[in-house]
Order: sequence, then structure tokens, then C-alpha cells
Amino acid sequence: MNAEELFTLSLKAIWGNKMRSFLTTLGIIIGVFSIIVLISIGTGLQSYINKQIAAFGPNLIDVMPGNMNSIAGMAGSMTEKLTMQDAKNLKRKFINTAKVAPTIQQVANVRYKNTEDKNVFIIGTTAEYPLVAQNTKVKIGSFFTRGQEISKVVVIGPTVLKKLFNDKPALGKKIFIGNSTYSVIGVTDKIGSTFGIDMDNMVYIPIEVIRQQFGSTTIREIIIAANSKELVPIVRKQTKEILLKRLSEDEFSVETSESISSTVGNITGMLSVALGGIAAISLLVGGIGVANIMLVSVTERTKEIGIRKALGAKRRDILLQFLIEAVMISVTGGVVGIILGMVASIAIAIVLVSSVTLWSVLLAFCFSVAIGIIFGMAPAIRASKLSPIDALRYE
Amino acid sequence: MKAADEIIRMTDITKVYGVGEAETTVLKDIHLLVKKGDFLGITGRSGSGKSTLMHIIGLLDSPTSGSYILNGTDVSKLKEDEQAFQRNKEIGFVFQQFNLLPKLSALENVMLPALYAGISKNERAEKANMLLTMLGLENHIFKRPNQMSGGQQQRVAIARALINDPELILADEPTGNLDTKSGADVMKTLKRLNDEGKTIILITHEHDIAVQAKKLIQLEDGMLIHKGKWLTKT
Repeated sequence: MNAEELFTLSLKAIWGNKMRSFLTTLGIIIGVFSIIVLISIGTGLQSYINKQIAAFGPNLIDVMPGNMNSIAGMAGSMTEKLTMQDAKNLKRKFINTAKVAPTIQQVANVRYKNTEDKNVFIIGTTAEYPLVAQNTKVKIGSFFTRGQEISKVVVIGPTVLKKLFNDKPALGKKIFIGNSTYSVIGVTDKIGSTFGIDMDNMVYIPIEVIRQQFGSTTIREIIIAANSKELVPIVRKQTKEILLKRLSEDEFSVETSESISSTVGNITGMLSVALGGIAAISLLVGGIGVANIMLVSVTERTKEIGIRKALGAKRRDILLQFLIEAVMISVTGGVVGIILGMVASIAIAIVLVSSVTLWSVLLAFCFSVAIGIIFGMAPAIRASKLSPIDALRYE
Repeated sequence: MKAADEIIRMTDITKVYGVGEAETTVLKDIHLLVKKGDFLGITGRSGSGKSTLMHIIGLLDSPTSGSYILNGTDVSKLKEDEQAFQRNKEIGFVFQQFNLLPKLSALENVMLPALYAGISKNERAEKANMLLTMLGLENHIFKRPNQMSGGQQQRVAIARALINDPELILADEPTGNLDTKSGADVMKTLKRLNDEGKTIILITHEHDIAVQAKKLIQLEDGMLIHKGKWLTKT
């Protein structure tokens, strides 16, 4: 029996039981669909995060308290070990190689006359901040200079401008942050949101001023921008050396854009695998459905198998007939699942993040073929082993 | 391999089912010689071993011991797939229950043995068409079994038995499910095939059908009786 004839035979059997074939195929469709969609979401998330990280600039080095790579270090992130002095030491060292901007973060209410903007993110930093955080650009007015670092001046984000001043000119106006007044000297350009946080609902004030007003002395983050990409490893290494003079290894961490993206990559990669794994389980269940239906089909068609054998069908002929039927069911399910999964992923990409990858499509396809072969094999072997006499007698 | 005109030579064929205390001997020391062109009737009550003998002759089952030469080939110890090959080539089956595949048309049913013989689709269809026409079914070629009468179905089955040009037609109670007229038609067809040179073995428990065969043997308790004499060598 040649391949074409086997296919025709299997197709007829599938077509002869439309409802049952459809329901069996549905199990595979759902499994493959989930694999494609979940992997697309995982991949989409990863590229989204990478894009967000890249927005900060490729030369970025980030110093944070604590160390996420060890248990002791995780506790360390709660401690308050980074100080202004560390920032000053780094600044002195990198005078020719990098810009350094320490930041203190605080949440407070901001008020202009009777209009209040609650829970605004206050960033206390130095004049170098716009040079370091490259996505922060001043659009109107200017950022505070070194000479203004002890003045009560503020640079506001566009969201704050909209909420307090309804987008009207704000330069020179006095606003309340907490219970102190500050005069507005600049408005930043739109950044958008990162990881769901509105980066435009922020105000920037000099670090010394925030320390005095809120009494906080710990540095949340020291952002360093190397003057060139080539300098990043050297600056990172020297940063570590300088900080180690005063702090222990668990009390701080130094990350670059690259190291952050690789950490995030690991996390989202694991997420993709986990999501894919869950989807694979549903495909497995679909496969068991195929095996189940094929077993029913073999029992139901015992007489047919007997007749075919009596007329000269060899084991192989019967085996292939049933196996191809199972593979056709699961491959059809696979192809439909892939198409639906791709359509759904594209639809999801409009509102959330997701991107279809070739490897997930290939994986899903191979998976569905494998499911057909693995789960079709046992029923097919069973069919091929039926004795022709017993099968003929079967009613 | 004695003579070229022998189609079946069975020597000392025994069939035993079960082991130990459950052991049942269904066929005992069967000797059977069938020449090409014979029309042999095998009769016997139910339980006489008739079906088992039919299965062994038809290579659907293997004997426990003894030798069986079918058309010059020793087929007593063939494996399942080799049996299938010989069955497909040498024997055409006609069953009591017709055993047509319900989802296939008359034409497709007739084509089936040729499919397993590896004959091309066109050739298969052409030959099946010819056989159905020869059996007077030219208007029923695309009908399914349930759209045909019992007599028509049995004629489809006969066409199917003929498609691979076997020398031997094995008919197991071919008239058992038919009315008298259709039964007579089937018998007429079998006789005609015999006249054309086919060897026919007819298994039946109906006396008036059995006597239409040229030779008649009877099975009783697993042994062959012929004209009142035991055919087994004791």
C-alpha cells in the first residue's frame, strides 16, 4: 500500500466520524494554541523589558544597596549602607571617565494653590542627573545646576505639569512638596511609562534639599554613566573596588544595562519555559484524548480489521492505517492551533506584549506530530495484533 | 510436492486448543487431498470442527501439528504476515455474513484484496468493474452494502474473492443468510466458476446445498468421514 492510499484511507475514516474527530482534534488545538500564545507572551515580555532597559542608555552602571545575588545581600537591600560619601568618592575617581548621580527617592504630595497631586515620586539628585539618565530631558527651562544644589528648586514631569498647572506655563511658580515651597525651574520631556510606572509623574529636586526636608540620608541608587561603552567594564570594576573599601560585598551591587538585561532575560526565560510547560501539559492531555479515541476506534472497527486481515492485510498495513489516522488528527490540530495561536498572539500584541517566534511554531508542530505518533502507536499496535479469526467473529 | 494438479494436501493435521486439563482436540489426524478443479463440499454438525478446518485451509489459523501444502507451498508453519500474503494470493473468501466493509462502495469492497496485493489503483478499479459487471451488478457499483439485497451483497463478495485470480475459492456457508432464490443464484455462480476451472471448497451444514458439490466429505468430532469410511489413518 503506498502512502497516498494510506492517507486516503485515514482521511475517509476521520471524515466518517466528523464529530468525534473534531472533538479529538480540539484537544490538540487547545494544547498547541496555548503553547504558541504563552511562549509569544513570554518572548514579548522579554523584548519589552530589554527595550525599557536600553532606554536608560547602554553605558549605564547602577549601584544599589544590597545584593540580589545572595541571601545575605537580599536582606542588605533593606539596609541603608550607601551614603553621600560613596557618591562623592566615585565622582572624584571618575572625573574623566564617567558621570555620577546619586538619588534618593521619596513619595510625597505636591500642591499648587488649591490643586494637589498625590503620591508623586520625588527624586533627589545632583546636577549630573540628566547626563546620566539619558531618557530624562528638560524641555522647558533647565535642570538645576551645581550652584543650585542647595536651593529649593524643582524640575517637574509633564504629568505633574498637567495636573497642577493644566499645561499652562509653570516656570517661576511656587509649589508645595510636602510642606516646603519650591520654585519650578524646568519641565522634563515626556518619557512614558516603564514597567507600568508613569515616569512623567515625577519631580526632581536637589539631593541635599531632600535630605534636609525628609531627614533621609541613605542613597537609594547611584547612577553612573560611563563616557563611552568601552569604559563600562573598567568603571564597573573600579566602582566595586572603591565601594569595597568601606562596604562588604553583600551591602551593595553594581549592575550594568547588560547585566540587568541578562538577569531579566533569565527570569523571563524561566517564565517562558514555565508557561510553555503548562501549555505542554494541556497538549499532553490532548494526546491522551487521541489515544483514547483511537482505542475506541480500534474496538469499534475490530470487524473491519478482521475483514482486512482475512483479505490479505499485513500487520504493517493495519498499523500504518491507524497510526496515520492518529497523526493526521494531531497534525490537523497542530496546524489549526498554530494558526489560531498566531492570530491570538498578534491580537494580544495590540493591547499587551507578545511576539510569535519561529521556534515556538516549529516546537508546537513537532510536538503535535510526536503526540500523534506516541499516542497513536499503542492503539495501532493493538489493532495490528488482532487475530483475524477473533476479529471476524466480533460483532 | 507431488503433482502439479494438487491444490491442497493435508497430512496428519491436528488442532488442539487450551493446555493441561482444558485441552480440547478439535481436529484429529486430518488427511485431505484436493485436486485443482474440484468442487468439494465439507459438511458436519456445529461443533464438528468444520469452522476450524475452514480456518486452517484458509490460512486464518495454524494447525497444532501436521503438514499442509497449498498450491505447491508448505504453509503449515507460516508466520502471520506470510499467511496474509498466501491468503491474499491463493484464496478467495466468501463468508456467510458477506463481511463487506459498510462504509465502502461495492467497487471499493471488491478492490480491497487487490489493494493489499499492491496492484495499482486504475488496474484495481478496472478489474473490479469487470467482475461486478460479470456478476450482473453493473448498476450497483457505487452502492454501499446496506443499499443492496443479501443476494447482491454476496455477489459483491464473490467478485471480491475473484479479484486476485486465486485458484481456490473458500465458501463458508455462503447461502446461510440468503433466501432460497438468492441462495440458488449463488450456488449457480459457484458452479459456473468451477466450470471455468476454479477449485471450490464449500463448507455448509445444509444437506441440499452440500449435495450440489461434486465430492462430499463429512466431519464428525474432528475427524473426516467419507462415504461411511474413516479418512483418518488409525
